[in-house]
Amino acid sequence: MKRGTIDFWVGLFAIAGFAALMFLALKVSTLSSLPAAQTYTLTANFENIGGLKVRAPVKSAGVVVGRVDAIELDTERYVARVTLAMDQRYRFSRDSSAEILTSGLLGEQYIGVTTGADDVQLKSGDTFKITSSALVLEQLISRFLFSKAAGDDTATPEK
Amino acid sequence: MPDQFRRFCQWLGAPLTDRLIKLGFACRFLLAILRHSAVTLTRPRLLLREIWFAGVLSVLIISVSGLFVGMVLALQGYDTLQRFGASSSLGILVALSLVRELGPVVGALLFASRAGSAITAEIGLMKTTEQLAAMEMMAVNPLARVIAPKFWGGIISMPLLAAMFSAMGIFGGYLIGVQLLGLDEGSFWSQMQGAVDFRLDVVNGIIKSVFFGIAIALIAVFEGYDAPPTAEGVSTATTRTVVTSALVILALDFILTAFMFRGV
Repeated sequence: MKRGTIDFWVGLFAIAGFAALMFLALKVSTLSSLPAAQTYTLTANFENIGGLKVRAPVKSAGVVVGRVDAIELDTERYVARVTLAMDQRYRFSRDSSAEILTSGLLGEQYIGVTTGADDVQLKSGDTFKITSSALVLEQLISRFLFSKAAGDDTATPEK
Repeated sequence: MPDQFRRFCQWLGAPLTDRLIKLGFACRFLLAILRHSAVTLTRPRLLLREIWFAGVLSVLIISVSGLFVGMVLALQGYDTLQRFGASSSLGILVALSLVRELGPVVGALLFASRAGSAITAEIGLMKTTEQLAAMEMMAVNPLARVIAPKFWGGIISMPLLAAMFSAMGIFGGYLIGVQLLGLDEGSFWSQMQGAVDFRLDVVNGIIKSVFFGIAIALIAVFEGYDAPPTAEGVSTATTRTVVTSALVILALDFILTAFMFRGV
């Protein structure tokens, strides 16, 4: 094998390998965690976060505007303190609300942000004033059954 | 009785000490390779030839295997996913299993049997025909001239081949999922992009393949260098390279996976 031929094929091999890497990087995956310089942090306290996980998306009107950075228990008030890394481009008013939603019936849980009407915007380190907790399916079913049973007693004694 | 006990302990201990000595020898061999690696950098021609042998000649088997693995994954995954009405998640299944596990692991197994065995056989034969000894006579260090370039060639080739395996596999999954089974192309790619994280999945897969590359390259050159200088010795060493590499790859994969993916 001549030197030039080997060089050519090794070069082609390197190009093909890096092309495969680029394909994996650009077409197959996304950089979900934005660089720290392009984010600002907000916190939100929830009574119950359900199955929310770190790295879950934060969406506003369905658009991903950030990621869940950390989840911990506030041991003073016993609520879950969720730290959000928000995209620098998106700003929300001071009276915005955050709620934990589920995509689809069994899908992953995410945080939905609904903006308010206040002119003052949330700064880095601020906390959402209005939050609503995750829907826990068991609680929902038990509440439904309870009200059903109570309703049965009064409305329809026996057929 | 004490004599019998003594012999039993010897029978138990001998294979153990043999392996320990060999492991220690392999570690010192690795250090010696690293010490003599400077020549590889100053003479890239040697390295290019080894990348040609280990990498370029493995491209065909790696790409074709990747394509087939991806196609099988798509067929099997579709069969299960459509029972839950989740067939649009096929892209996620194919991409995650390839990028995280199958690309690095199956790619490494193929690389060990395709390139690792060839490296062992070549070094073993050079030793048997006393070419290594002849080099030493000419004041050429065989570690720097023969072993180190092969070692580095293997390490450089492995991650590139694993990336190719994953890419070809995902392309195979696309062929079966979108072209044959008629899934929506847009949701195939977008769901995949949504679920596969570059740092967590792709980069960790590459890190895995680098570790596998180091393991395979070291085992291959060590078994070749350590082979008894007979025809039988070389054949045993070649077999041992493939078997040991396969075991080490799978064990190492478990350890790396346990560190990387803890289900955070």
